[in-house]
Amino acid sequence: MIPELGHYALMLALGLALIQGTMPIVGTRTGDPVLMSMAAPTAVAQFFFVALAFAALAICYVTSDFSVLNVFENSNSHMPFIYRLTSIWGNHEGSMLLWVFILAFFGALVAVFGINLPAVLKANALAVQAWIAAAFHLFILTTSNPFTRIPQAPFEGRDLNPILQDPGLAFHPPMLYLGYVGCSIAFSFAIAALLEGRIDAAWARWVRPWVLGAWMCLTLGIAGGSYWAYYELGWGGFWFWDPVENASLMPWLAGTALLHSAVVMEKRGALKVWTILLAILTFSLSLIGTFLVRSGVLTSVHAFATDPRRGIFILAILIVFIGGALALYAWRAPLLKQGGLFAPISREGALVFNNLFLTTACATVFVGTLYPLALEALTGDKISVGPPFFNSTFGPLFIPLLVVMPFGPLMGWKRGDLFAAAQRLLAAALLAALAMAAAFAIEQGGPVLAPFGAGIAVFVMAGAVTDLAERTLFLRVPFRASLQRAIGLPRSAWGTAFAHFGIGVTLLGIVAVTAWGAERIVELKVGDSLDIAHYRLTLNGLFSRDGSNYHDMVGRFTVRRMNGEFIGVMEPTRRSFPNRSMTVTEAALMTRGASQLYLSLGDPAPNGNVAVRLYFKPHVLLIWLGAAIMFVGGALSLSDRRLRVGAPRPAKARAVLQAAE
Amino acid sequence: MTRKQRRLILIGGGVGVLAVAVALMLNAFRDSIVFFNSPTDVAAKHVLPGTRIRLGGLVKDGSVTRGADLSVRFAVTDGKNEIPVSYQGVLPDLFREGQGVVAEGALDPRGTFNADTILAKHDETYMPKEVADALKKSGHWQDDYAQRAAMPLGGTNK
Repeated sequence: MIPELGHYALMLALGLALIQGTMPIVGTRTGDPVLMSMAAPTAVAQFFFVALAFAALAICYVTSDFSVLNVFENSNSHMPFIYRLTSIWGNHEGSMLLWVFILAFFGALVAVFGINLPAVLKANALAVQAWIAAAFHLFILTTSNPFTRIPQAPFEGRDLNPILQDPGLAFHPPMLYLGYVGCSIAFSFAIAALLEGRIDAAWARWVRPWVLGAWMCLTLGIAGGSYWAYYELGWGGFWFWDPVENASLMPWLAGTALLHSAVVMEKRGALKVWTILLAILTFSLSLIGTFLVRSGVLTSVHAFATDPRRGIFILAILIVFIGGALALYAWRAPLLKQGGLFAPISREGALVFNNLFLTTACATVFVGTLYPLALEALTGDKISVGPPFFNSTFGPLFIPLLVVMPFGPLMGWKRGDLFAAAQRLLAAALLAALAMAAAFAIEQGGPVLAPFGAGIAVFVMAGAVTDLAERTLFLRVPFRASLQRAIGLPRSAWGTAFAHFGIGVTLLGIVAVTAWGAERIVELKVGDSLDIAHYRLTLNGLFSRDGSNYHDMVGRFTVRRMNGEFIGVMEPTRRSFPNRSMTVTEAALMTRGASQLYLSLGDPAPNGNVAVRLYFKPHVLLIWLGAAIMFVGGALSLSDRRLRVGAPRPAKARAVLQAAE
Repeated sequence: MTRKQRRLILIGGGVGVLAVAVALMLNAFRDSIVFFNSPTDVAAKHVLPGTRIRLGGLVKDGSVTRGADLSVRFAVTDGKNEIPVSYQGVLPDLFREGQGVVAEGALDPRGTFNADTILAKHDETYMPKEVADALKKSGHWQDDYAQRAAMPLGGTNK
């Protein structure tokens, strides 16, 4: 009964989305306030029914109802409760349901929190949100129904892929989807502004928190996925330029550009047309990411094996929404009035610079990801574009961006003094030069570019601190006065500083691991030792261990310093799952400060030896620490006072419905 | 500075950055494109020894031999042709006889493919898409790879 209820609820949600997508637009065209005000309650109702559908699927999974095909294929009653829950989104159908759930959720949030929005804008925005929802509800109901039943219910399910039975799965997809789908709000508002034909700084002020929230979730989602891949896949890599990873990076890059562009629009009313284009592009990239993962055009560890029907449907959705949005943009953008003037050397100029490089970097990732697909479609040749391509295109574009980043906050609006900003950054530059020299001296024999990268990272971090120091007049007034100023600083200033600092930290981690990491791949027998960096690891023993649905082969290693001093024990395992005939590596990690020793076992050799991969990852944790700092910066910015103190609303008489006689 | 001048500067700057990006991309494309070939393709296209390519197909049943010091030899087949591969290092967890594999490296003059990377690229059915296409082209595609992947191990791979 419950799956049918869920199915029916989804159909009702589709109906509501269709209503939500048409009536308010009619209302804006005819100026009917009643029709326009229909949007908000309909959005909330739609969310209610989608939530019902999601809850129904959740109940099926948690109670292990194997008469539902989706549950049978992806779950197993022996799995721990948390994994039974998270396997809802470990497959195509369930994750699509999560997608529309979050989409409807955001629509409802706009409906509930958008009390002081102009009626026309709100109606249009919620209507566009409903179009997206309706398209995906239709997609789910016609091609990816999670509620299909099996006539004779099997006793046991097929089990979730063991790699996915991990806390990472509980966190990574929902967080990522919050980010992807959060971008839809900016898209809806951009289309609404184009439909209406007018836009102003208040629009930017309203949209920015949503973009910020989506950006925060996307940052954490990408970082979470990177960390999960790092410890789960056994190779110690944190980014593979996999097409699906790129599909998440592109909206992040465009979203970062959108965030900064919206700042200019909010403060100075400039860059309106560009901001709208970015809002459209960010969500378009997010939709393209959905297509790449689910259509079967890509081979990737992330890709869901799907049939071509789904691919064609999503492609149709892409063409309609992206093509339609860009066409609308081309047609209506000239209507929007120009904003404030500014000199090229100014904070606006720096933000335009930022946008330029971010979008160009995004474009290179886009080309690198889609070029193989295009080539295969055109010529039939199968090629692969890998890390060398991205490293030689993405890297050089990011460097100017990072170098200019500390200058931005220090320059004034409209007309900035570059020389004065440079003077203020002298200390930061000195610190960076020191770091470069130190890096060069300490790690001799590493790549030449590594100290350079470390220098840029330190420059960025010191630049963020300089920004705060300037705002609090640190060292120029008594410390107490500085402290007072610091407490009184708007939270968005703290947010900026934290977020920029976070990028520097992440960059430092990436440079350190890439340039100064060490790797040993050898075959060991019990009693052998292995040296790396200044550690010595000895294989003490190999033994077996059993878990609830797996069987482990464990290697016990003792870790010592070179002088013999005992540090700890590491136990990497090779885990096999009998009912899936699959073996995975569970690496052992030992954290030493921000660095890690990474140890994983390979295949046992015929003579009883075992293959061992040992990595030393210096400062690797900084990569994800930086992402967490960026998230905190975003949160600080989100809690800024100006977002809690809204614009005063004029008192207005409520539209009173005349009772029919 | 008029609006028009400012806009021209912005557009000029934008075009400049884009040009730099395009130059970087073209340069990168020249160096780092690797073509995928099935064993039949390698024979048909007469791939030169030393050219870096990706080789994909099925791991031929019974062909995996492990040597000393993490070296391993196996054969990659698409049903019509096969190519011997030698690799030194740790194999991915999903490497198995009778399953799809993609290896990256170059042929040596004697016809053995020296792989420096073995890829674990696959989807839910553990079959890389390129390998599936190659198998379909050579007429040796069997539709049961997903079931085979899900069945308990017969103890072939230790």
